Amino acid sequence: MDFFLQLLVNGVCVGLLYGISAMGFVMIFKASSVLNFAHGELLAMGAFFFLSLATWGKIPVAAAFVLTLAGCFLLGFLIEKFFLRPLIGEKLIFVIMLTVGLAAMFKGLILLVWGGNLHTYPEFLPASLELHLGSITIVPVYSATLVISVAFLVLFGLFFKKSSQGIFMRSVADNQKAALSLGVHVRRVFALSWAIAAMVACMSGIVLGIINGVNVHDLSAIGMKVFPVVILGGLDSIGGAIIGGIIIGLLETFTGGYLSPSLRDVVPYIALVFILMVKPYGLFGLVEIERV
Amino acid sequence: MKKPSFHPCGNFRESYAEELAVFDTWFGRVSLLVFLILLFGLAPFILDRYLLYILNNIGIMAIAAIGLNILIGYTGQISLGHGAFFGVGAYAGAILATRLNLPFFVCIPAAGLITAMVGMIFGIPSGRLKGLYLTIATLAGQFIIEYVLIQWESLTKGTMGITLPEPNILGVNIAGDKAFFFLIFACLVAMTWFAVNIMRSKFGRAFVAIRDNDRAAEGMGIPIFRYKLLSFAISSFYAGFAGALWAYYMVSITTEPFNLALSVEFIAMVIIGGMGSMPGAIFGATFITVLNEVLRFATGALMNVGWIAGLGLNMAPLREFVFGLAIVLFILLEPKGLAELWRIVRSSFRLWPFSY
Amino acid sequence: MGEILLQLNNISVVYSNVIQVLKGVSLSVARGHIVSLLGSNGAGKTTTLKAISGLLKPENGEVTDGDIIFNGVNIQNQAPEFITRQGIIQVLEGRQPFKYLTIEENLRVGTATRPGKPYKEDLEMVYHYFPALVKRKKALAGYCSGGELQMLVIGRALMAHPQLLMLDEPSLGLAPLVVQEIFRIIKKINEEHATTIVLVEQNANMALQVAHYGYVMENGKIVMEGTAQELSDNPDVKEFYLGMAASGIAKSYKDVKSYRRRKRWL
Repeated sequence: MDFFLQLLVNGVCVGLLYGISAMGFVMIFKASSVLNFAHGELLAMGAFFFLSLATWGKIPVAAAFVLTLAGCFLLGFLIEKFFLRPLIGEKLIFVIMLTVGLAAMFKGLILLVWGGNLHTYPEFLPASLELHLGSITIVPVYSATLVISVAFLVLFGLFFKKSSQGIFMRSVADNQKAALSLGVHVRRVFALSWAIAAMVACMSGIVLGIINGVNVHDLSAIGMKVFPVVILGGLDSIGGAIIGGIIIGLLETFTGGYLSPSLRDVVPYIALVFILMVKPYGLFGLVEIERV
Repeated sequence: MKKPSFHPCGNFRESYAEELAVFDTWFGRVSLLVFLILLFGLAPFILDRYLLYILNNIGIMAIAAIGLNILIGYTGQISLGHGAFFGVGAYAGAILATRLNLPFFVCIPAAGLITAMVGMIFGIPSGRLKGLYLTIATLAGQFIIEYVLIQWESLTKGTMGITLPEPNILGVNIAGDKAFFFLIFACLVAMTWFAVNIMRSKFGRAFVAIRDNDRAAEGMGIPIFRYKLLSFAISSFYAGFAGALWAYYMVSITTEPFNLALSVEFIAMVIIGGMGSMPGAIFGATFITVLNEVLRFATGALMNVGWIAGLGLNMAPLREFVFGLAIVLFILLEPKGLAELWRIVRSSFRLWPFSY
Repeated sequence: MGEILLQLNNISVVYSNVIQVLKGVSLSVARGHIVSLLGSNGAGKTTTLKAISGLLKPENGEVTDGDIIFNGVNIQNQAPEFITRQGIIQVLEGRQPFKYLTIEENLRVGTATRPGKPYKEDLEMVYHYFPALVKRKKALAGYCSGGELQMLVIGRALMAHPQLLMLDEPSLGLAPLVVQEIFRIIKKINEEHATTIVLVEQNANMALQVAHYGYVMENGKIVMEGTAQELSDNPDVKEFYLGMAASGIAKSYKDVKSYRRRKRWL
């Protein structure tokens, strides 16, 4: 029973991480309908910026965090401006392959600058965040993850549902021409959504880095694992991303715990194929409204 | 029917036969023939072993790229699983050859057929899914196949790998780059010929109709699911065929090369070569294979430059970076790929000196 | 005619550098008027609207000649973001709602030209004009009927407080009673808010009933203009747009004439 509970808690924690990692991905999809294969590399960029600033630059953690977010905001903005803007309205495969190309570029760049080794951050989370549930302990990073993911969920939920900027973003994703006709600044919306999404991604990268250490290969593998998570939750639902993340996390830890550790990494993709066959728009995604 | 010896400056076709013709002009047919004679007659005898090895690799990759082009360029379905399909073909060939001791000319087509079946399984989601959802389904296929190849040890020997026997045709053993050159390029010519002709048939037209507007195609009475599956099957047949050929050429195979990066390379070949163009797929395969080799040399050479070595930088990731950059630049600058560049070059010759 | 709000001087529009659609169109719209633009399919009505609102650019079109002056500002070939902020809002043909947004969110997108300003009162105003939208305000627009959507997109444009509202075929595909309702509201908006309206319509009868002034376009040119009354009384307009003259009965020489005139129209 204890084993089961421990697996449950681990699963939820890992799942929350996946959920957080997926949020930036969902944002990009929501605002510009782009499937971002470079997401894992964006996570890594954030984690490494922070690493350089906090560990090697000896800048206080809070300042380094803010600087990293600002840097990633700029990075997202530049990616949109130089790479994705020329492709607005192009065929799906070009957009997908562009992000694949970007992923290779970023990965190469990161490996060139920081190398492929595992790096770790200094400890900076207060130990008081440690939670005890009966016999089970939740380490500070996980409770911090929980807090961060809930905060982001609420924040983005409000942003997209209530704020004008959020509604404009959704309108652009929905019908670009109509949005243009109403004076929505479409280019600005695209730039902004990439900037924000990159920022969210890099924040997730930092959280992942705190827990697992910073390594390009691991982070880009997580970028791939985002796919089952978002498909399960629905590609355009941020809440769905968190829930999808938790389900995938549980699936992984239970498979790893009870069936076989080697199956662990592939089980999300098996689940993915089944979901696609049964419920292609995910648990919380919008069903495509197609009228002729 | 008399064929013009030069390209006309516009579309002056008068019959369906002309529309369907593979070669517009006698000149095109003759120049291809001359090219093939030169290729088979000269290349294996004047190139050294290393260049021949690269050429052979290009030939194998081109077969797979042509297959993927049928799926992506002509049917409009994106597959991120072709790296794994290539692997399935390689393993199917290797297992048939080592376990059942089947002769090689049975093994290779059989490997293609097995891969076609696997491809159809992962094409099933295409019945319900479109566009990016299908892409993600094939991505999952890539990971699942990789897993099966590694874990099904009783069949694939897992990470140990399999060593293949020398192929043998009518008592003649095929070994060495020169012998393989003839084998691979004969296959490439046959497979290209086959693909070109599929696209001229009812099936090819149905594929293109599905690519351009699947709902309209369905309205015209094309059973789109069946044709999508067929396209998956044909394209994975090519991947499997190429994979089995590669396994024989490499002699021993492991699961390692058949990863997502290989799938990405295949798509890159199709895009850089030019989607929906048969010569394009061959150009793309050439470009990517040569690029890989050049980058390997370049990074190796850079490592030995004093001041870079002094910095302690590992230049190997530069390969990945340049590879990504090539994809990005082609998409941004020439999305129709090398085939379009080739066409521009040709037509500027054709229209010289009065180009417009 | 009162003060001129919008003036098109001899404009030409070319798509993709090849296809010339407008060949020297000049028209003027007086402040507070409803001006209707009539013409058969392909006459260039929608293109004229897009030239004004700046929506040509995404379709690879360009104003190559002439100028468009709105409120004394030159707006030809400006970005839509700029033009909409001058107070021109175009309601696109075929309704174009945001399918995945609710009715109320759709309306909120209408405030894009003045982000951050309060919009509650405007919502009330739109619901006042279109009471049918109130009970559907939480529904996704993708699941609303054609009539509701037409009301929605007009309401959405009103949210921007336009000085000039351009409606592209608001009656497209709607039941006759709904069309009447929509035109009644258009008239009301014009009267209560002094909003200037440019109305592109196939339903010439309805359009001339509400309009003050009208232009008839044909093959990318303005071929006739006049007050709504003049146009309604014109025998050609009567015959080919309003369907009132009985051309079938006409015989002999008149047939020839009618044929010539008809050829010009269709």
